[in-house]
Amino acid sequence: MKPVLAGLAVAVGFMAAGDLAQAEVKPAIVYDLGGKFDKSFNEGVYQGAEKFKIETGIAYRDFEIQNDAQREQGFRRFARDGFSPIVAVGFSQASAVEKVAAEFPNTQFTIIDMVVDKPNVQSIVFREHEGSFVVGLMAAKASKTGKVGFVGGMDIPLIRKFACGYVQGVKYANKSADVFQNMTGTTGAAWADPVKGGELARSQIERGADVVYHAAGGTGLGVLRAAADAGKLGIGVDSNQNALFPGKVLTSMLKRVDVAAYKSFAEAKAGTWKPGLQVLGLKEEGVAYALDDNNKSLVTADLKAAADQAVADIIAGKIQVHDYMSDSKCPM
Amino acid sequence: MRAAKLPVWADLTLVPLANVVAAFFVSGLVVLAIGENPFNAMRVLISGSLGSLEGISFTLYYATNFIFTGLSVALAYRAGLFNIGAEGQAYLAGLGAALVCLSLPGLPAIILLPLAIVAAGVFGAIWAMIPGWLQAKRGSHIVITTIMFNWIATSLMAWLLVNSMRAPGSMQPETKSFPPAALMPKFDGILSLFGIAVPSSPLNVSFLLALIAAAFVWLLVWRTRLGYEIRTLGANASAADYAGIGTTRVIVITMGLSGMLAGGLAVNEVLGVQNRLLLEFTSGYGFVGIAVALMGRAHPVGVVLASLLFGMLYQGGAELAFDQPRITRDMIVVIQGLVVLFAGALEGMFRTPIAAVLGLFRRTDEPDSRSA
Repeated sequence: MKPVLAGLAVAVGFMAAGDLAQAEVKPAIVYDLGGKFDKSFNEGVYQGAEKFKIETGIAYRDFEIQNDAQREQGFRRFARDGFSPIVAVGFSQASAVEKVAAEFPNTQFTIIDMVVDKPNVQSIVFREHEGSFVVGLMAAKASKTGKVGFVGGMDIPLIRKFACGYVQGVKYANKSADVFQNMTGTTGAAWADPVKGGELARSQIERGADVVYHAAGGTGLGVLRAAADAGKLGIGVDSNQNALFPGKVLTSMLKRVDVAAYKSFAEAKAGTWKPGLQVLGLKEEGVAYALDDNNKSLVTADLKAAADQAVADIIAGKIQVHDYMSDSKCPM
Repeated sequence: MRAAKLPVWADLTLVPLANVVAAFFVSGLVVLAIGENPFNAMRVLISGSLGSLEGISFTLYYATNFIFTGLSVALAYRAGLFNIGAEGQAYLAGLGAALVCLSLPGLPAIILLPLAIVAAGVFGAIWAMIPGWLQAKRGSHIVITTIMFNWIATSLMAWLLVNSMRAPGSMQPETKSFPPAALMPKFDGILSLFGIAVPSSPLNVSFLLALIAAAFVWLLVWRTRLGYEIRTLGANASAADYAGIGTTRVIVITMGLSGMLAGGLAVNEVLGVQNRLLLEFTSGYGFVGIAVALMGRAHPVGVVLASLLFGMLYQGGAELAFDQPRITRDMIVVIQGLVVLFAGALEGMFRTPIAAVLGLFRRTDEPDSRSA
C-alpha cells in the first residue's frame, strides 16, 4: 500500500505543477455499474486514465454510478463544471450521453463500445472479430485434437461477434476443426460466474477440446482455471491474462480500452480531438494477440509466423473477417 | 419484550430523530477514519440534497420510490404480515405497465397512462396475493414465500426480457422505448410551461401519486371497516378470527393492496423515467422500503418522512461521492446501512430513555395539578 500512496503523492505533486501549464483540459470519466475496479472493462479505462495522469500530470475526475438515474446526472454535473472530454464507459451509457451531449454542445464526449451520432461525441468501437480471428487461428494450429472451445459471458450481439470471429479463424486454419460454443447466461450475472464458466469449459474439454477461448469477464477466470487444471490451454480476453496461469494460457485477445481512454484524453490535450466514429482494429492496435514471457514456450516460431501473417493479411484486406453485428449472422 | 409506552407524537418524531442522529454520529466517525472531515461531508450531503432546485428534485424523485415501497410494507405490517416481496411485486408491475404501453401504442396519453398505471397495480397485486393466499390457506410463511417470489420474478423477467421482449439488435436485455404518450409528465416540463426554468431531473407526477397513496393508506387503515379488520388481524389473529373477521379474505386483500402500492415504484421508474422496461430497474428500492416502513413506524406520515430522509441520503450521497473522490459509492452504502441499523434494528435503544425522560416531566407536573 505504501508505494501506491507515495505514487499518488508524486502524482498529486505533478498535478499541482501541471494545472498551471495545462489549465485548459479537464478530463473526466463516468464508469458503468460494474464499478471502477472490475478487473475487466472499467478497470482498463481507469488504467489508461492513470497512465495519462502520470505522463502529463493532469488530474482527472471520475464517478461510479450506483443506479441508472445517476448516469445523466453524472454527465450533466461534469459538463456543467466545465469538464471535457468526458469519457463514458460501456454501451449502457449511450442514451444518457446522447441526451447530455445535446444540452452541452461545447463539451467533448467520448463513448467506448457504442456509437452515438452527435457532433460533439466521439464513439470508439473495436474490431473484436479481427482479434478473435487471429486467436482462433492460433487455437486451431495449437490444437492436437482438432477440437477447440469458446465460452461467452452474457449472450449479447457483442459476444457473438467475438465468437463469430473466432470460428472464422479456426476454420481458416483447419477447415475440418470442430468448435464448441457455449454462452454462460443471458443476464449481467453471466459476467461474474467463474464456477459455471469452469463447468462449461470442462464439458467442452470432455468432448475433446484442448484449447478454450473465453469472452466472459470474471466468468472467464473459471474457464482458464479449468483448462489449466485439465492440462489444456486457455485463451484470455480484454487484458493480458497470460500471467494468470503461466504456460497454460496460449495467448490473450487484447482489447485496448486503456488505449481508447488515453487517446481521448491525449487528443483533447493536443487539440486534435475529433468527434465521430473511430474503429480500432488490428491496424490501429486497438486489438491484438498477447505475447510475453509467460506464453513464449507455447507460441512456437511457426505459430507466431502464422499469426503475424494473418494479422498482416487482415490489415492489408487480403482476409475479410465477417462482423457478426453488421447483419446479425455468422457465415460459419 | 413490550416497548415502553410513548405518546404518538414522540413515537413518530423523537425516536426516529434520536436514531438518525446516532446513525450520523457513527457515520461521522467512519468518515473521520478514512481521513475526511465529517462536518464537510455532512455539509455536502445536505446541500447536495436540499441546497438547489436540482438537488431537491432528485431527493423527491428517490423519495417517490421509497414512499411507494414503504407504504407497501407498512400496510401489510399493520395486518401482521411481513411483506419482503415489494421488490418482486414492483418488478412484475413494470411488466404490466410495459405490456400495455407496447401493445397499445396509438392511444393518447390521457387514456394510455391511466391504463398502464392500472396494469402496473394489478400485476403487482396479483404477485402479492399468491403468497397471501398461500399464507392464509396453507400456512406457508409469508416471509419465506415473498422472498421466493422475488427470485421467481427475477428469473421470469430475465427470461422474458432476453427471449421475447428484447428490442432487436439491442445489447441490453430491455424493450424498445415506449411511445412518448406513455411518459409520465415531468415537473421540469410542467413548470417550464409556466415560464419557470427548473434543471432537468427525473421527478415526475408519480410523486403526487405517492402522496395520494399515503393519504389513501391512512384513510383505509383508520377510517374504514376493512382497515379495522386489518388492524385487528395485526393485533391478534386468533381474536380476529373469533370475532368473525374472515381472516383469509383480509390477508389476501391486504397483500393485494400492498403489492399494488409496490407497483407505484414501477410507475415512477418505468413510466416516469426510463420509458422502457429494463432488467432490474427496481435496484433494491423494494428492500429499502422495509427500512423506511420500520423507521416510519408503519404510519403513512412516518413513511413519507422516512422516505424524504432516504431520498436525501441517496441524492446527497451521490453528490458526496461526486465531490469528494475519497468517499466512494461504497462509503455511501455504509452510511445508509448505519441509518437502517439504528432506525430499524436498534430502534428500541432510545425508546426507554426517551420514555423515562418524558415520564419525568409528567411526574413533576402531576403534584402541581393536585396542589392547585
